[in-house]
Amino acid sequence: MISRRDFLQASMAASAIIGASGFGNWGKLAAQQSLSQSDLLQFDTFGNVSLIHITDIHAQLKPIWFREPEINLGVGPNKGQVPHITGAEFRKLYGIEDGSASHYALSYDDFAALGQAYGQMGGMDRVATVVNSIRAERPDALLLDGGDTWHGSYTCYKTRGQDVVNVMNLLKPDAMTFHWEFTLGSDRVRDIVGDLPFAALGQNIFDAEWDEPAEDFAPYKFYESGGVKIAVIGQAFPYMPIANPGWMFPEYSFGIRDQRMQEMVDEVRGQGAELVVCLSHNGFDVDKKMAERVTGIDVILAGHTHDALPEPVLIGETIIVASGSNGKFVSRVDLDVRDGRMMGFRHKLIPIFSDVISPDPEVAAAIDAERAPFLDDLTEVIGKTADDTLLYRRGNFNGSWDDLICEALIEERDADISLSPGVRWGPSIMPGQDITREDIWNVTSMTYPNAYRTEMTGEFIHTIMEDVADNLFNTDPYYQQGGDMVRVGGMGYRIDVSKPIGERISDMTLLRTGEAIDPAKTYVVAGWASVNEGTEGPPIWDVVENHIRNKGTVSVAPNTSVTVAGA
Amino acid sequence: MKLTRRHTLMMAVGSAVAALVPVRAFAAVEDEIAAFTGGAEVGSDGITLIAPEIAENGNTVPIEVDAPGAEAIIVFAAGNPTPSVATFTFGALAASQSAATRIRLAGTQDVIAIARMPDGSFVQASQEVKVTIGGCGG
Repeated sequence: MISRRDFLQASMAASAIIGASGFGNWGKLAAQQSLSQSDLLQFDTFGNVSLIHITDIHAQLKPIWFREPEINLGVGPNKGQVPHITGAEFRKLYGIEDGSASHYALSYDDFAALGQAYGQMGGMDRVATVVNSIRAERPDALLLDGGDTWHGSYTCYKTRGQDVVNVMNLLKPDAMTFHWEFTLGSDRVRDIVGDLPFAALGQNIFDAEWDEPAEDFAPYKFYESGGVKIAVIGQAFPYMPIANPGWMFPEYSFGIRDQRMQEMVDEVRGQGAELVVCLSHNGFDVDKKMAERVTGIDVILAGHTHDALPEPVLIGETIIVASGSNGKFVSRVDLDVRDGRMMGFRHKLIPIFSDVISPDPEVAAAIDAERAPFLDDLTEVIGKTADDTLLYRRGNFNGSWDDLICEALIEERDADISLSPGVRWGPSIMPGQDITREDIWNVTSMTYPNAYRTEMTGEFIHTIMEDVADNLFNTDPYYQQGGDMVRVGGMGYRIDVSKPIGERISDMTLLRTGEAIDPAKTYVVAGWASVNEGTEGPPIWDVVENHIRNKGTVSVAPNTSVTVAGA
Repeated sequence: MKLTRRHTLMMAVGSAVAALVPVRAFAAVEDEIAAFTGGAEVGSDGITLIAPEIAENGNTVPIEVDAPGAEAIIVFAAGNPTPSVATFTFGALAASQSAATRIRLAGTQDVIAIARMPDGSFVQASQEVKVTIGGCGG
């Protein structure tokens, strides 16, 4: 494990790079319970360039609860490495005091109790205040959006992304890259991108037919800031047509394409770029590997895997910044660029405590205006959580939200086994809290929501489990897709994450009877979010809403059906 | 090293996929490589194979191979029932020794390209291309 001290030493060893992080500051103040907006935004402006990074908002315009993962295992060279460190270990690594605001914001335990003290996080009106404050100090700071922005809420679904587009445009981003946006369908994506007042970037977005760079997305864009010529290169999610339904955007092909990334870096350097920034939706471990293989990138702004890191990770002479998800955090990175190279940086992961940072009035009004036509539907109370139940999603193998969704699929669809996708978006619900329709959509909204009901043999279920496990636990990050393990209801299993594909999953058991899953036998399986075209069934949000309405108060027992080995 | 990895892979693929990849295919590709190289030592510098890490569609996987100065490049899909994909031969006046095509892959497997250089030496590049049934992105 690389300790914080090692990190700082490593950054010194890279001679030209001298790093400083503003993290310790808000951690300490938070521990004293004296957090104020000026503390959160305090930053000694440094160097001549400022970057502002936000990513994986998933259409969360309003403040939310969001519990970080307890289980986030790394494999191969990334075993035990950031960001695969959680809870107390994470706090120890970064010197975070137990019970502090940073404990609440960045780790998982005592979430419900600490949430009462520190309140909700996020809200694009608060983010606007932060962005405006940075721009007041550094007017030409670049705001870069890492994507997964136009997806993930009731209003985003109903307006086909327009509500988020309208609100984000008020923040005046300088560039953006993409992932879930493509599930709006390629026609809709082109519609929106055609009108965007900022750059839509993706060096790895290709025309599928000709295997040439797609014309609708530029690979990079130049900016002039503080007298420095900056190139921002976009890197969209590489596995779009595999992890999401390719039939929704058949004209496009993706992939990591790190050879082309190197060509783009060389090209922009050749045109005089003094600072090269990669706005990436690769996922953290993929970005680390890419930083090892591609030379000449100064800063990678990482997204997709929803990691929030108080300090950048240094790979060679590239710093990798991870800014969390769902609007919880904004990263500010100030850079000193001289003589055509990055000489130093100062970084701060700014937590968006929604009770501490005041909303920007213009953006707050715009968000409310977008919600107004849907407000009655959004706020309808469907049920509530029991006092012992926190609904959350993050974790490699299960989350209580997904346990509830899997239970809904089995009961509402009369199935033996249920499968729910291992996505990492979706806010939490506190114990004893009302569950509204908006809350249900926040964890289910997507353009391929049909809840299928089908028959599968035990052998086929095993094949699916092995396939998904390899997307997560392949020791080569380039073969990882960045989601979590498929969530399973009605069936227990054992997984050895250290094994290769085909050998990880064993002891599959039908929980209802306690019998081993028979490879030759057929089981009724209910699930949702199939990437196959023509999937039939009711949308998942209706299934979950019916289930919660029937229950009234939902209680989810701790999930003990997955045994993990090899971690 | 290569042989071990392929054997490991072979054992690793799920049983449903394994049924499509008969063991003799691996023997066949060894034989065909030997036929091309005449059993000569094969180096690794001077050849670049570009293939996706994970195929978006296993039925049409774009690959590109580049070996400056090569006389011929042979491409294999080691796990296909018929591993031999193509042999590209370059005349003395060829401006570049590179080729791009699309291949069909029966399952997760290594794609291998071997170039014969004018001095009679051989260089090889290979990459595992994963053919998946699809997952769930974060």
